[in-house]
Amino acid sequence: MAPFTDHSSLYRIPHPLPLDSGQMLEDAEIAFCTYGTLAPDKSNAVLVCHALTGDQYVASEHPITGKPGWWERMVGPGKPIDTDRFFVICANVIGSCMGSTGPASIASDGAPYAMRFPVITIRDMVRGLVGLLDGLEIAQLHAVVGGSMGGMQALSLAANWPDRAARVLVIASTARHSAQNIAFHEVGRQAIMADPAWAGGNYYAEKARPDNGLAVARMAAHITYLSEAGLTEKFGRRLQDRDAKSFGFDADFQVESYLRYQGSGFTRRFDANSYLYITRAMDYLDIAEEHGGKLANAFARAQARFCIVSFDTDWLYPTAESRHIVHALNAAGAKVSFVELSAAHGHDSFLLEHEQLDRVVEGFLA
Amino acid sequence: MSLTTQLRPDLAVIAAHVAPASRVLDIGCGDGSLMEALETGKDCDARGLELDGALVERCVARGLSVVQGDANVDLADYPDKAFDYAILSQTLQTATRPDLMLDELLRVGRRAFVSFPNFAHWRTRAALMFGGRMPVTRALPVSWYETENIHHVTVEDFRDLAQMKGAKIERAWFFAHEMQISDLGANWRAEFAVFELSR
Repeated sequence: MAPFTDHSSLYRIPHPLPLDSGQMLEDAEIAFCTYGTLAPDKSNAVLVCHALTGDQYVASEHPITGKPGWWERMVGPGKPIDTDRFFVICANVIGSCMGSTGPASIASDGAPYAMRFPVITIRDMVRGLVGLLDGLEIAQLHAVVGGSMGGMQALSLAANWPDRAARVLVIASTARHSAQNIAFHEVGRQAIMADPAWAGGNYYAEKARPDNGLAVARMAAHITYLSEAGLTEKFGRRLQDRDAKSFGFDADFQVESYLRYQGSGFTRRFDANSYLYITRAMDYLDIAEEHGGKLANAFARAQARFCIVSFDTDWLYPTAESRHIVHALNAAGAKVSFVELSAAHGHDSFLLEHEQLDRVVEGFLA
Repeated sequence: MSLTTQLRPDLAVIAAHVAPASRVLDIGCGDGSLMEALETGKDCDARGLELDGALVERCVARGLSVVQGDANVDLADYPDKAFDYAILSQTLQTATRPDLMLDELLRVGRRAFVSFPNFAHWRTRAALMFGGRMPVTRALPVSWYETENIHHVTVEDFRDLAQMKGAKIERAWFFAHEMQISDLGANWRAEFAVFELSR
């Protein structure tokens, strides 16, 4: 569904991808962007993993929205992830909708997969990324970096392919989805599936798309990315373009207007079925469960250096979840750093201006 | 060992006496000076624990492995004997329960280095005896109402605590005016003490 720009390349994984569900994904394609130059010895590659609704356009203009890359303040020449020094790779995860194989892709019978797309996990996404690294003949990354769901992928890579990254940087993330995390995602999925236009997922040939459901899903999720203090500071109880309450159900309040804008803007660039599949993958995440119930076991073979970063106002993946990871890494004897940064804006702080985060990222990658 | 010459005297003596290629946990590692000296000078595998996020950030930027946390509670997360040495410099007197922290040190480390300001130094005694007020000295420069030192300790108190805990004092070093002094009358003469313990 996404038009391709010059920035994005496509790699077809030359073998079927075995998935955690037991199914195989044939002819999986990975859409990716790269920045900088790969050193002759291929030692300077940094893989940046994107979050739930992110994509490969980490530092280049988004082809649909025309907005700057989602982490342009972090990735670029002279930036903390310095593309003058590193060869930065960012790939769209499988299940998503910006060029990598997902539910909107055409299956072998010529029709979109829709809900016939196999349910995937975070580890399956990483299988796709490892397939890409194999294709690029990069044996070991200088670092794998990710915030939120990107951090989950970084952890999964470290746990399941411990030789593939020398440094693992996990920001505002978790090794397992909590009941609360699953609950919020379920609200979003139900909003999509309750939209008549969703039509069991078979809307690709239709005029109407489940935009209303997807927008509500985005609105609910967006609240979890912010902090109460941040919302209060930004909107308070201020009214939107009016002097008095309307005694109706228009967006009287600025915060309502903002959320509606976030929701509708999101439907322009994201596929509802992808939202179902990716939130499911996140909900299924429990790296300890994959390794005999003990998170420390997951990192028993880890040789990488780890850096775990949390934000004090992040209530989606709170500091306690990061500490849980740090505890396991310590128990496994891994080299781990951890810092909780102060930020006003909750989970989304990792995407925003934060000098201390910049210094930690730059220092850790050095 | 040129790096250790820039270290605080208690850290320099610790750096000089850690066996090469050891696994070390530096509790209250500050800006990571000791860790860096141990990693570059002694080929150690050093890990740090530090409460202050700004200091942790500096350590990470130096390439050190440091976890932000509170030694009073977070030491419990480390496995038994995970380290050859657990180091606690100038922090014991700030602990909620120094006795329990000493237990934790000797649980996570095969050996421990502990350094602390000696409250029985003659200047401190004189300040209290003749001034009648809580001492503010070169070694203890902060007033009683804002000091982090909530459990003042003397050389002799520490020896007693070690004995009570069944810890063996392997070696001890004493300092006054940033210089090492003999252990003769250390409880009077030393501003700072460093003990190496095992159990």
